[in-house]
Amino acid sequence: MTEVTMNIWRGDSNGGNFEQYKLERVEGEVVLDVVHRIQATLAPDLACRWNCKAGKCGSCSAEIDGKPSLMCMTRMDTLPNDTITITPMKTFPIIKDLVTDVSFNYVMARQIPPFTPGKPQPDGTYRMQQVDIDRAQEFHKCIECFLCQDVCHVIRDHEVNKLYYAGPRFFVKLASLEMHPLDTVDRRALMREYLGLGFCNITKCCTEVCPEHIKITDNAIIPLKERVVDASYDPIAWLGRKIRRKSKMTAQEAYELAPARVAPTSLDGIPATAVED
Amino acid sequence: MNIVASDITSQSFDILIIGAGGAGLRAAIETRSRGLSTAVVCKSLFGKAHTVMAEGGIAASLGNVYPEDGWKVHFRDTMRGGKMLNNWRMAQLHAQEAPDRVLELEAWGALFDRTEDGRIHQRDFGGHKYARLAHVGDRTGLEMIRTLQYKAISMGIEVFMECKILRLLTDSSGNVCGAIGYWRPSGDLILFKAKAVILATGGIGKSWKYTSNSWESTGDGHALAFQVGADMIDMECVQFHPTGMVWPLSVRGLLVTEGVRGDGGVLRNSNNERFMFNYIPDMFRAETADTEEEADRWYADHSSARRTPDLLPRDEVARAINSEVKAGRGSPHGGVFLDIATRLTPDEIKRKLPSMYTQFLELAGVDITRQPMEVGPTCHYMMGGVRVDAETEAATVPGLFAAGEVAGGMHGANRLGGNSLSDLVVFGRRAGIGAADHAEGFSGTPEPEMGQALEAANEAMRPFNDENGESPYTLQADLQDCMQRLVGIIRTEAELRQALEKISELKDRLGRVSVNGGKQYNPSWNLATDLPSMLSLSEMVTRGALERKESRGGHTRDDYPQPDPELGKVNFVQRKRDGEHSIQPEPLLKMPDELKALFEDEH
Ligand SMILES: Cc1cc2nc3c(=O)[nH]c(=O)nc-3n(C[C@H](O)[C@H](O)[C@H](O)COP(=O)(O)OP(=O)(O)OC[C@H]3O[C@@H](n4cnc5c(N)ncnc54)[C@H](O)[C@@H]3O)c2cc1C
Ligand code: SF4
Ligand code: SF4
Ligand code: FES
Repeated sequence: MTEVTMNIWRGDSNGGNFEQYKLERVEGEVVLDVVHRIQATLAPDLACRWNCKAGKCGSCSAEIDGKPSLMCMTRMDTLPNDTITITPMKTFPIIKDLVTDVSFNYVMARQIPPFTPGKPQPDGTYRMQQVDIDRAQEFHKCIECFLCQDVCHVIRDHEVNKLYYAGPRFFVKLASLEMHPLDTVDRRALMREYLGLGFCNITKCCTEVCPEHIKITDNAIIPLKERVVDASYDPIAWLGRKIRRKSKMTAQEAYELAPARVAPTSLDGIPATAVED
Repeated sequence: MNIVASDITSQSFDILIIGAGGAGLRAAIETRSRGLSTAVVCKSLFGKAHTVMAEGGIAASLGNVYPEDGWKVHFRDTMRGGKMLNNWRMAQLHAQEAPDRVLELEAWGALFDRTEDGRIHQRDFGGHKYARLAHVGDRTGLEMIRTLQYKAISMGIEVFMECKILRLLTDSSGNVCGAIGYWRPSGDLILFKAKAVILATGGIGKSWKYTSNSWESTGDGHALAFQVGADMIDMECVQFHPTGMVWPLSVRGLLVTEGVRGDGGVLRNSNNERFMFNYIPDMFRAETADTEEEADRWYADHSSARRTPDLLPRDEVARAINSEVKAGRGSPHGGVFLDIATRLTPDEIKRKLPSMYTQFLELAGVDITRQPMEVGPTCHYMMGGVRVDAETEAATVPGLFAAGEVAGGMHGANRLGGNSLSDLVVFGRRAGIGAADHAEGFSGTPEPEMGQALEAANEAMRPFNDENGESPYTLQADLQDCMQRLVGIIRTEAELRQALEKISELKDRLGRVSVNGGKQYNPSWNLATDLPSMLSLSEMVTRGALERKESRGGHTRDDYPQPDPELGKVNFVQRKRDGEHSIQPEPLLKMPDELKALFEDEH
């Protein structure tokens, strides 16, 4: 088959519908190439985000035949059908066509107490062994494509939860801080009480869509959940394991360190208004 | 659409920074730490600036792998790589301050790859005498931008994302004190007033057909500065990176990091010959291996062998590849072969070059642990730019500062790999200090002239008023084709003149571009507003290239194939006065004798 039909959602916050575009197939193209050809020829005002076209910036997220994916890393010849459907990410409000308002994520980013290192060596530098940073480096691979946020049912299906839930991207961020050998802030109570770690029921959908192949659930979320349990029930075990680098903080104490605070702070545990599946 | 003053909302800050890449963010951290209100504006989402794509590493003479490294060696490498056209003072400050800036990133949370003894590991790169690039696998730019991004967030810096600046604004006495732009999501106009403005808009690659750069690299900052009368230098010096992907066509130009060669990869032609041994220039002969055996030994031990010619500076390697392809010894898709598969084990490749591994596997169907890559030159980096004062990054127009790729001088005629990321943090910080000092000395309130803002706004909206004009995409394609064919890696007088004619035709056509649809997130309109910068930039590059009648660094003239010692003493300076675009040679800054001594062993 030399022709392909692209079925693309067009519209804005007031609604919209699918438009079909028929094009020749070109060898080696990715979905984003085809979208660009549509812009250059058939629909100049078709909106989509992109930057690097190499899977490095995380701008071009969309749902391709229902699967949250990067358009620039999805080769046309890996899609079996002759009609390909592209829709914007469902979890975020529409701006236009394939472009959504992802500001939720930027708000969430400011709820997290920043990296706070301990004292350096006498020569002013730090020492870290490669084995001690391997895990945190895995989390630093995150390109902030927000595909994991998009797929996570906790916010995909329940808008109200956005107030109480950091989402997998920010669990990865929290895990990277938690496992950074130099960091000194204890964010465990904060994660449990304000950032909704408990809502995640380990479906692993986020891990499946992560283009960086970060093992979000196994390597970030589950270890965080274990540490959070340690923090609330067994401080001795925690201290024994963690060589007393971090002194214990309440959720409120940790939250005071965050750059901006918008999450409701009166909660203890799971809030009454949030929805659990 | 006719825009009047009441259509424009305005906001005031002490400092306005245009650009949220490494340079803009580092500058913002500095001005904010002085307690100044700081706005950062960027065309894309926050955290997506071009810096995110940097792969190989950040150059700094930390001396963690080779203790004999130091700022003087780094300085010498940088100047020689730049063919001595560099602003020596910038090169010196850069070499001296880069180590502190890297350590500072670490203190802000960056996790660089480690040495055995737990310090920051450093890798080999072209033109650097010692292994000098601190890195995180092959995704160093991502680490850098995330670190700066979250540091900026923690300091309360205001970010205006998906907002495009159209023009810099001056007050009645010509001080830069604001800018006008629009929000991409809504198309609404916004005016910024500030006591000082820092340009950190990055690169220019989008005017060429094959480039490693993203859509943002349209030379906006170069055009904005030129328009308000700032001096621009070395605009002819564009770097074509030797190794871009050549196939499939849709990814042609995408970068293949120099780290591949730094970690042992070698270039071969279709005869399976390591051809770089045939292209060693006199300037580097004494320190370059002349047998494969010596070159291979060098990877393990730099003291008993000389460096491999695969890691000559980029201009040399790009020209060599170009010649091989022209001589009919290229790969099937018009490049040459880059082989890492026979040099490292699959595990090593996946660990050291993870994103190259996925990039080739997913986009080209090539498994680089088993097959060679096909690579060829791609438009990559702009050495030329806004002329700045080395200490403060002040441009020649009061109130305006520039740092990062948009600034000129630091890299001379050719940039060494890894020297850009370090440039961003060294001079981003200095621009922040310079702008903060300027803002603190500023009395009164900034009062940009409204007339300028209205003119820019109406010009930007014009394509909506025209129903049946030309598509901005066609104009862009024609410009890219022109620059690729006529102002590429090898240049001649006749072709450059042809290019100038074409550019002037395209400028005429620009006035007839039209777009359909609304202002909200309309990519064709967004492109229409990028085109003026792309054209202005292309014209500056072409005019510079015509004037520099010699070959030096990234600028190669087929009709003047040798460097001319007299031209090696001047920058070509372009500026606009009363609507006139002028270009003239001006002498380089004079290097003090104690630094000159570092080059004395040269012929
Ligand atoms: C693929 C690739 C790999 C590279 N690898 C390396 C490497 O390993 N080591 C190295 O040292 N260098 C490397 N470089 C070079 C280096 O990445 C860039 O030179 C550097 O990142 C430029 O940074 P910057 O801060 O100047 O601008 P950028 O990071 O390009 O950011 C520019 C910013 O300006 C904004 N902007 C531009 N115009 C406007 C406007 N009109 N209005 C509002 N905002 C605007 C953009 O939105 C963006 O936020 C690489 C480059 C590429 C392309
Ligand atoms: S594993 Fe948790 S975070 Fe990931 S998608 Fe499922 S519920 Fe969401
Ligand atoms: S964790 Fe993975 S899926 Fe989530 S934002 Fe980061 S890169 Fe994207
Ligand atoms: S465009 Fe950067 S990830 Fe797709």
